[in-house]
Amino acid sequence: MLHIKCPYCGMRSQNEFSYGGDASVKRPELNKEISDQEWDSFVYNRKSLRGKHLELWQHLSGCRQWIKVERDTATHEIFNTHKADEEIS
Amino acid sequence: MTQAFRLENGGLINRDKKLSFKFNGKTYYGYEGDTLASALIANGVHLVGRSFKYHRPRGFFGAGVDEPYAIVQLYRNNETEPNIKATEQELFEGLEAKSVNCWPSVNFDIGAINNFLKIFLPAGFYYKTFMWPKSFWYRVYEPFIRKAAGLGVASTKHDKERYEHKYEYCDLLIAGSGPSGLASAYAAAKNGARIILAEDKPRFGGSLLTSDVNIGNQSGEDWANSIIAELKEMPNVVVKNRSQVFGYYDHNMLVMSEKVSDHLPKTKKYHPKQRLWYIRAKEVLISSGSIERPLVFGNNDTPGVMLSSAAKEYLKVYGVLVGKNPLVFTNNDSGYETAIEFKKNGINPIILDSRVNPQSEIINEAINLGIKIKFSYVVVAAQGYKKVNSADIAKISDNKKQLGTVENIKCDCICVSGFWTPTIHLASQSGNKTKFKEEIDAFVPGTSKQNETTLGAANGIFTLEETLKDSFTAGQDLSKKITNNDNKISFPNVVEKKSSQHDKFWCVPLPEGKNYKRFLDFQNDVSVSDIEIALKEGYRSIEHVKRYTTLGMATDQGKTSNLNGLQLVSEIENKVVPAVGHTTFRPPYTPISIGAIVGREVGKHSKPTRKSPMHSWHEKNNAIFVDAGVWLRPRYYKQGNETLFEASKREAKNVRTNVGVCDVTTLGKIDIKGPDAAELLNRVYTNAWLKLPVGKARYGVMLREDGIVMDDGTTTRISENHYHMTTTTAQAANVLSHLEYYLQLVWPELNVNVVSTTEQWAGAAIAGPKSRKLLEKLFPNNDVSNEGLPFMGYLESDLFGVKARIFRISFSGELAYEVNVESDNGNFMWEKIIKLGQEFQVQPYGTEALSTLRIEMGHVAGSELDGRTIPYDTSLDGLVSKKKDFIGKRSLNREAFISEDRQKIVGVVPLDKKTSIPEGSHLVKDAKAPLPNKKLGHISASCWSVEHDNPFSLAILKDGKNMIGEKLFVMSPLKNKVIPVEIVSSHYVDPKGERVRS
Repeated sequence: MLHIKCPYCGMRSQNEFSYGGDASVKRPELNKEISDQEWDSFVYNRKSLRGKHLELWQHLSGCRQWIKVERDTATHEIFNTHKADEEIS
Repeated sequence: MTQAFRLENGGLINRDKKLSFKFNGKTYYGYEGDTLASALIANGVHLVGRSFKYHRPRGFFGAGVDEPYAIVQLYRNNETEPNIKATEQELFEGLEAKSVNCWPSVNFDIGAINNFLKIFLPAGFYYKTFMWPKSFWYRVYEPFIRKAAGLGVASTKHDKERYEHKYEYCDLLIAGSGPSGLASAYAAAKNGARIILAEDKPRFGGSLLTSDVNIGNQSGEDWANSIIAELKEMPNVVVKNRSQVFGYYDHNMLVMSEKVSDHLPKTKKYHPKQRLWYIRAKEVLISSGSIERPLVFGNNDTPGVMLSSAAKEYLKVYGVLVGKNPLVFTNNDSGYETAIEFKKNGINPIILDSRVNPQSEIINEAINLGIKIKFSYVVVAAQGYKKVNSADIAKISDNKKQLGTVENIKCDCICVSGFWTPTIHLASQSGNKTKFKEEIDAFVPGTSKQNETTLGAANGIFTLEETLKDSFTAGQDLSKKITNNDNKISFPNVVEKKSSQHDKFWCVPLPEGKNYKRFLDFQNDVSVSDIEIALKEGYRSIEHVKRYTTLGMATDQGKTSNLNGLQLVSEIENKVVPAVGHTTFRPPYTPISIGAIVGREVGKHSKPTRKSPMHSWHEKNNAIFVDAGVWLRPRYYKQGNETLFEASKREAKNVRTNVGVCDVTTLGKIDIKGPDAAELLNRVYTNAWLKLPVGKARYGVMLREDGIVMDDGTTTRISENHYHMTTTTAQAANVLSHLEYYLQLVWPELNVNVVSTTEQWAGAAIAGPKSRKLLEKLFPNNDVSNEGLPFMGYLESDLFGVKARIFRISFSGELAYEVNVESDNGNFMWEKIIKLGQEFQVQPYGTEALSTLRIEMGHVAGSELDGRTIPYDTSLDGLVSKKKDFIGKRSLNREAFISEDRQKIVGVVPLDKKTSIPEGSHLVKDAKAPLPNKKLGHISASCWSVEHDNPFSLAILKDGKNMIGEKLFVMSPLKNKVIPVEIVSSHYVDPKGERVRS
């Protein structure tokens, strides 16, 4: 079971969180004309990376905040966690 | 009292407490502190089972977790448990056990015929033989294999025992209480670190209990006892025996199984049988020791052939002789220790040492004691069927290829020692890439992967002094990092005997003309020739060889066989062992009972049960409940001998003619506040929300980004910046997360807060033509007329002094209201409704009637919004705004979603107006068409229409828009039904929706 540092609550066990997928996906702006391809790639296309991955988790059974987690999908190593609005360099 | 193999004195057992037990129906006696194995051996019982494949006689091979043979069926307190290792099961008064894998009895086993057919049962036998004919698999082969295989019988009874889970955190988790575990624990504890020290056996001390050493002028055992006593007194230390750390998972989480009550005749009241610990440790010290390796020779599975370390443990811990005429066969000095213990107890062993001329302190001691030693000698084969009665021995050439003349000597047991295999399972599970250590012919942990440190024998270090030094240092350094304390511990004086180098020899060649079976894996009957066949047939990867031959599988997971198997493969393949590699070590290290894994989450405890505040009223009024997610909801209220069908019809009819009341507390409720609340709703729902006035409710549909309907419900504007959203019972949690996702990540600029208020409000739906009259009685001070409270209107009021919210919304399609009060007042509200509704013939109705009412109205619910439908499919496309953007809108243009013959909701009525239509059935054009018959749609929900008094269903049908009036067939192969039906509008009752507005 992973041990994830919630930026608000501290180190917590994975079973308090739910996984939210790739955090680098940006939703197209509302009312913006975009191609079918762009929309499809937002809705469906995700990279299945082996290695370092920026992903979303929600601290569901805690503060209910969505957070960003830098995790290695192969080793499960967690490098860093960020608040949703934090700039990640 | 015939414990003929029990010594007069010695051992750590309690000779004052005699225990009786039964094995295969016969009564024996042992002592408190015995294992089932030690007590049986004390009674001279060496035949305890039959082997897996050939049904050869099985005795005892080890004295602990590595045991491959002595697997028994245990009976305790009227329950039975399979696959118990006799070497681990502690004796208790009244214990009963039976042999497994033998029929009709362990002494006369018909399956043993396999032994003489062994030529037919080589590696991969099952794969090769049971392939054809295909039809034989289910009828002949599988039942045969199932009967022949298996080690025990699982109980089919409900397990009454309690199992618990516990979560724990610590600075240092130390797995194993041998010398390295004790030393590291002691040093770390002195530095104030929080420690859990786990020992899988009942007694602490590991090898110190059986080895002849001296630490700080104490015997090893006394030193261990004094350290444990001191640790137990320290508040920062948890010391646990009977506790096996069996799994090392991500981020330094380890799982330990504590056998709390298995050693007792009966679990004490309020105690669990077992407890599973989930331990998150900052540092992990693996001090799991090592397991002795067998030597391989002919018939080396005969009862009486066992590990020399086990023989020593039976002697020193249990005061039991495994034989009175022992032969010790060794390739290293460990065998000598066992022989010396025999000699000290008046037994004369013979040592066969495969080495040419070894020199060491221990060997000298054995010589001085007058023990007979034969160097360059090996056991060629054990003789005897149910027990060893002699051994064929021979001199072996220096290159270990040629055997001299074979001679036979009498013996009643053969104690083998093929050197030691470090127990590296936990380190390997943590992700540690192991490395091969040439000097000890075994794998040891490499660079740490997580925060694990492997110590002592588990790390391939077999001298006590070095082990203690390393372990004190590790305990000190690791705890210092955490606590910043630096208590120096003076290193005790260690006295131990120096060993000489072991012999790399491990497998005795077959003598000319003999075809003895030489076993590698004792639990699965895998012999040297099986591995040879597998390699001849082209298997190369050790993982494949394992699966083809079953080497290293089953309950012992090859604890005694893996390395010998690897050595054999590497020898045949002419590779070095590290090039062959080892199979993956996966948790659990040793079998864990399913009960322990499940814990308390059994039956009703497997998920929480949520009850509405009116639950007790429902119970008192004969409600029959149904699970709705985690909620318990009344399905119907039984009157007299009514069936579900009769009761739900009555309840639904009463709503259509009088007035009914339904508990709708379970609906999801979300409180939405903030200046941008309307904007959020406008983006989340498909319809327009910016102009909803205060005091009005609106129905809305929300989509996922892929255009599929996610949920529906009404949202009411309570005040300028305050909304009350309702969701379906099932989607409540998902909708909240969905809103939080968009507010926190996508549109953080929106100033809105959302919070679940599902449990804060109790809800009652009051529905039926007489509902307004009832409402007038409930709220005499409010104008609830069609003008004062129109359809989709909202009022705040008080119900006889209790704050209440009144929504004029309808799921039943009748004139209806929903009243919410704070949860604590739910029962008060409900009783008022029932009482004041008497004159209008009010009746409570359950979910079954609720479904009937919504189905005949064509209102959609979860069975239509099933994660595959878009608004068009469910006739909700009128709610989709053309003007504004919202979540999922862009997806609605997808080609499949706008195709002309897109599926759509329709109504379905059987032509005979009598036959009920099973939910989930398929709609087809031609009932007699050849299979596969093309499916046009499926039945999503069925009811008995109380308005029309005939069956009615909703269906999602291809080109549903143009199918009204068509005649089709409903097919349910599951129920073997073919029903001719007519397609009608999904709005079967009040198609214009006049009643809700009346």
